[in-house]
Amino acid sequence: MTTNPTLAAAPARSRLEPEPLPRRDFLGLSAVWSALAALLFAFFGAARLPRAAVVPVAARKFKVVLPPNLAPGEAFLPPGRSVAVFQDDQGVYAISRVCTHLGCLVKSDAAGFQCPCHGSHYRPDGSVLKGPAPKALPWLAVKRVAAGTFLVDEGKPVPAGTKEVA
Amino acid sequence: MISEIPPAGQPQGLPVQPATDQASPGSGVGRFLEDLRRFPQRFTASALRSGAPTTDRSRSSFVFGNLFLHLHAVRVHRWTLRWATTWGLGLAATAAFLLTLVTGVLLMFYYKPYPSVAYDSIKDIHFVVPTGLFIRNIHRWAAQVMVVVVLLHMARVFYTAAYRAPREYNWVMGMGLLVVTLGLSFTGYLLPWDQLAYWAITIGANIAQSPRELTDALGITSVFDPGGLQKFILLGSEDIGEEALIRFYLLHVMILPLALAGLMGVHFWRIRKDGGVAKPADVNQRVGRMDPEIYPVFTETPAKTYHLAAVVRGRTPAINRGPENTLPTMPHLFYAELAVVMLTVGICVGLSLVWDAPLKELANPAVPENPAKAPWYFLGLQELVSYSAFMGGMGIPGIVILGLLLIPYLDRESTGTGEWFGGPGGLRLVLGSAAFGLAAVLGVEVFSIQFGWIREWFPNVPQLVITAVNPGTVLTAIYAAYSLWLVQRYNSARAGALGLFTCFLCGFIVLTIVGTHFRGPNWDFYWSPSQWPVH
Repeated sequence: MTTNPTLAAAPARSRLEPEPLPRRDFLGLSAVWSALAALLFAFFGAARLPRAAVVPVAARKFKVVLPPNLAPGEAFLPPGRSVAVFQDDQGVYAISRVCTHLGCLVKSDAAGFQCPCHGSHYRPDGSVLKGPAPKALPWLAVKRVAAGTFLVDEGKPVPAGTKEVA
Repeated sequence: MISEIPPAGQPQGLPVQPATDQASPGSGVGRFLEDLRRFPQRFTASALRSGAPTTDRSRSSFVFGNLFLHLHAVRVHRWTLRWATTWGLGLAATAAFLLTLVTGVLLMFYYKPYPSVAYDSIKDIHFVVPTGLFIRNIHRWAAQVMVVVVLLHMARVFYTAAYRAPREYNWVMGMGLLVVTLGLSFTGYLLPWDQLAYWAITIGANIAQSPRELTDALGITSVFDPGGLQKFILLGSEDIGEEALIRFYLLHVMILPLALAGLMGVHFWRIRKDGGVAKPADVNQRVGRMDPEIYPVFTETPAKTYHLAAVVRGRTPAINRGPENTLPTMPHLFYAELAVVMLTVGICVGLSLVWDAPLKELANPAVPENPAKAPWYFLGLQELVSYSAFMGGMGIPGIVILGLLLIPYLDRESTGTGEWFGGPGGLRLVLGSAAFGLAAVLGVEVFSIQFGWIREWFPNVPQLVITAVNPGTVLTAIYAAYSLWLVQRYNSARAGALGLFTCFLCGFIVLTIVGTHFRGPNWDFYWSPSQWPVH
């Protein structure tokens, strides 16, 4: 009785475990890996989409002319700006009016600053008195450009207590 | 359940005949005219596929063979048809969603998502577009009804323990639907670009930024700033403007509705696949004998049983269990569904006729409203946020959603499935938990309103302490501890879940009422809005 050499060499297999098909494996694996690679590249490409290369931002610097009779501790609110500007014996300083909690505009009064949205209270120097605000209101850079005229930079916080000599 | 109904298609027993044999008699123009005359009748027959639904059998194949109806089983258990089983809440939510979908598409004809014209276009819809105000009212009321009904539906599923295996995954899908529903509501009220919209965008974007509360306290914001990234992705710019509006518009009219539709598809499909509405184990005894007026199609005593152990998991159908107790979906379930849909439409239209949707002044970036209040369903969150932006806006909601997600995977019990307040303790436990939940939330609120919180006592306390220990987190911890105590006392995860869910509902309701009624200018406490100072 002759035996077929190829059959004899092959290990016994059941129909439930068909012999591997290397060519199909190669095709299948390349399909899977190319799909994963495409997804990865698409993900990183899409992740760049939300941030435009140039983001137009309104100018953060503005000039302010203080009224001559501004009392110490009385806030001057430049129109269209979320800043309060003060003047006292030591000089001129600006405090941001954007609540450090969730971004509402605080109101300035004799007691300091009050937020209408969630009830944060700040002292006149911007530090937190009560409420949910996590940080003090930032002081902003002020530069004297002429007598009574100052340049305020909303984008540049400075240490609390920094005052520009008038 | 495997249906005995054969697949729809050609009526059984009639061999498919070649096309030429179906042609009308006659020849030439006469036959052509005869075919033309028969066109309407043949068109109807081709649309219905299985002929007119006149018998139970043809109705079954009508339901089975229709794209829009085949989400239904062809037969429905009598338990499912009882009003008290579901109160039709899931369908009412769907109906409200369809109302917002239709009215929303109509509003899109006139709404212009650009800051300089958005407000004017809403005003046009109010005052210039015929029926515009009515359509916007329906859109707004249907959205509010949807939020309420989705919450009630969740409560129904929870209290009847219908989330249990094999329905755990559908509960998770339901959580997704709840989140998307709230997201749709939030993005919706940003679009009119009035004062409410502008300051809601400000607050929402800053809640997205609130992980900075943690990273700032740890001093790592310059290297790791997920909060800033989230805010920028929402706003598309450093400032709130046209980029932000178009993003929220796209979320509202495209991304979130598509997400909702996808989740709804899975949700409905899983209801079928998970065996329909959850039923008690002894459901057939509970529904009693069938009213002889409603004629059953399946015989009272099955003449034949099916052993499907290889096909379906669970018990073999119809062995030692008497009648099947099912009724044809068409018409029994369809009448009930139509009633729910019409009730929902009626409520939304009725509310729209009485109360107009609000529109405040044009957005003014220089002056926030005082108080700046979100719509009522977010005022509980606003109350939490007034203690800590991060914990109130992201931390505690995240914990609540995570806790709700875990419930079906921790409660692996089986007593009480399908019953109202089923499980150990039952209604008594729920009422006790409601009393505890109310007492806890009222106690924490009264304490913080009366005595303030840590920063007023120790002005230099680090922010991390307040983030970790504030009225919101304290309340969450009290509820969690109470729930663990119930788990221990009853030796049952279901008891703990009943307590926790009831406490969560009580907390949500009380915080919402406090935020709505008792908070005034500067978010200070007032007994009544009539006491607000004039400003």
